Amino acid sequence: MAAPFELSDDNVIVIIGTGAGGGVLANELAQRGISVVALEAGGRYLPEDYVNDEWESFGQLAWLDPRTTSGDWRVSRDFANLPSWIVKAVGGTTTHWAGASLRFQDHEWKAATNYGPVQGANLLDWPIDGAEMAPWYDKAEKKLGVTQTNGMPALPGCNNYKVFEAGAKVVGYEQVHTGRMAINSEENDGRMACQQTGFCFQGCKWGAKWSAAYTDIPRGEATGNLEVREKAHVARILHDDAGKVTGVEYFDADGALQMQEARAVCLAGNSIESPRMLLNSASSMFPDGLANSSGQVGRNYMRHLTGSVYGVFDKPVRMWRGTTMAGIIQDEARHDPARGFVGGYELETLSLGLPFMAAFLDPGGWGREFTTALDSYENMAGMWIVGEDMPQETNRITLNHAVEDQFGLPVADVRYDDHPNDVAMRSHAYARGAAIYDAVGATRTLPTPPYPSTHNLGTNRMSENPRDGVVNKWGQTHDVPNLFVSDGSQFTTGAAENPTLTIVALAMRQAEHIAGELSRGNL
Amino acid sequence: MTTTSQQRGLTRRELLSRTMAAGASFVVGSGFVAASDAAWATEINALKADSFATLVQMARDIYPHDHVGDEYYVIAVKGYDTPQEVDATEAGIEMLNGAARGKSFGRYLDVGWERDRVDILRGIEDSAFFQKIRGGLVTGLYNQKEVWPLFGYEGESYSKGGYINRGFDDINWL
Repeated sequence: MAAPFELSDDNVIVIIGTGAGGGVLANELAQRGISVVALEAGGRYLPEDYVNDEWESFGQLAWLDPRTTSGDWRVSRDFANLPSWIVKAVGGTTTHWAGASLRFQDHEWKAATNYGPVQGANLLDWPIDGAEMAPWYDKAEKKLGVTQTNGMPALPGCNNYKVFEAGAKVVGYEQVHTGRMAINSEENDGRMACQQTGFCFQGCKWGAKWSAAYTDIPRGEATGNLEVREKAHVARILHDDAGKVTGVEYFDADGALQMQEARAVCLAGNSIESPRMLLNSASSMFPDGLANSSGQVGRNYMRHLTGSVYGVFDKPVRMWRGTTMAGIIQDEARHDPARGFVGGYELETLSLGLPFMAAFLDPGGWGREFTTALDSYENMAGMWIVGEDMPQETNRITLNHAVEDQFGLPVADVRYDDHPNDVAMRSHAYARGAAIYDAVGATRTLPTPPYPSTHNLGTNRMSENPRDGVVNKWGQTHDVPNLFVSDGSQFTTGAAENPTLTIVALAMRQAEHIAGELSRGNL
Repeated sequence: MTTTSQQRGLTRRELLSRTMAAGASFVVGSGFVAASDAAWATEINALKADSFATLVQMARDIYPHDHVGDEYYVIAVKGYDTPQEVDATEAGIEMLNGAARGKSFGRYLDVGWERDRVDILRGIEDSAFFQKIRGGLVTGLYNQKEVWPLFGYEGESYSKGGYINRGFDDINWL
């Protein structure tokens, strides 16, 4: 089924990473008859392989290669070598994601203009807007089978949602529903409907949640135009004297160094690995890293505000039963500086199993304050805060030359300091979350700190002016015409919405652009 | 269970004195730690029996759940009873006992009230030993499948068809 391409075939497009960006792009190009070699650092796991067990699944799917952290964020203290909770597997983090599929609000595409100057923030307008993206969002929602779009019914509300919805209505929120989720509420696209199993984060064993692992990737492979090389760990991207990329050096599954030649390279390794690869590809022509004339590669790392609120009640909730994240309050997503911060946040239901609750409720915490909360695990409801965090130049991915990975490559250091706007927004969200649960009788609420990041964004950002960012409106690097960025690292700003739908929409749009450039002879 | 503390020759008086000193539910014998009601027993391979008992008490004081039996804490710390871990663990226990003496108690196991034991632990919580034990418990205790039902957590659900027909929306008190 996979089309084997020669290492010396310089006609292929090489895509690094197979998640929401790379996996979708690979299929979209393959469907257009374009030859693609996708290099995936992880192995291939499908629904029959996924396990309903938090730690076992984490060991199976998570990206556990060494990384370091710095900055004042609490993740750096609690999980010094685990800045992010993302997946190393074919399909990338679309295996793990909860499925929330929200469009950016129009004003969020132009954060610099609409928020005005924010001290310490490196805000910039995207070179694209809501009108430009609307048709691509349409296509992405159709591909993902998003509920409450294209006639797909909303998911039913589980116990965790019912508590959340009841509290939201008491405090006066109006935009409360079970979300726009890439989870089938009825059979769709050859995949069955959600069985309310929980364990959405561990890979959906029913295939009800959209993941590139069992949709776009096998479909691309079926064309004969896509070859996915598993356990292919990229070392660096090579270029010629003219400054165009010529191929990619990677360690294959046996640890042997290989070089795949390429017509063009699309980088989709997530906002930590993508800039790391560019920085590790520094050369005499590009001494600060490939495509880094702006100095912005690795900078402006965003991770969304995040934080959780758990409410404890005097009666059972059993929040783990059912869809992990299928409930949203959107009233606070607006931009309203009267609240004391710019941008907004979404509140979304979330549950963790007992093992992860113990690990994430209050990392480092112990004693009865901690254990009495866990004693009420059965009576807990939970929500997650997804808010727009400020891009800051000093929040960045750098190479840590003191620590090497299993291939001897310097690892990424992930530095993050909360911006005062982030702190103000999180405080607001904690208070609102507590008010929601208090309104329906919570006996205790728990403002829980951010987990290792799942939304890693912004480290190769999109800009109109090459001076301000790394890629143009097509995700094409300003410096190297046949090098593209196809993941969340191209985000200029993070908006308040979970990023996957936007990553998918951008990948579909980029595929059409690349196909056009190929047919016009420009690539 | 191959034998018990009593079979190893501890007198009932010795058992009682050790049990009461700790105020704990287990008794300590030579090479053994066992529940006073013989619900469980574990053979000690590398650590001193008192040290293992101290470790179990420390585990419970770090993550106290009154409805979770000692046997689960024993399993959670059993990994320290190995030749690789014994030296560091004995040194850690010695430090802990020193901290107890520094607050005018005897050994840690002799401190009767949890409040006082927690106060002693607060004094050493930045130590590598404390952090190692605490960190290990997060998975060692809470990732025991046998512990989950004690918290109501139901674990794996795919094999039962999820909760679509098993109460995903059965909340009735709102």
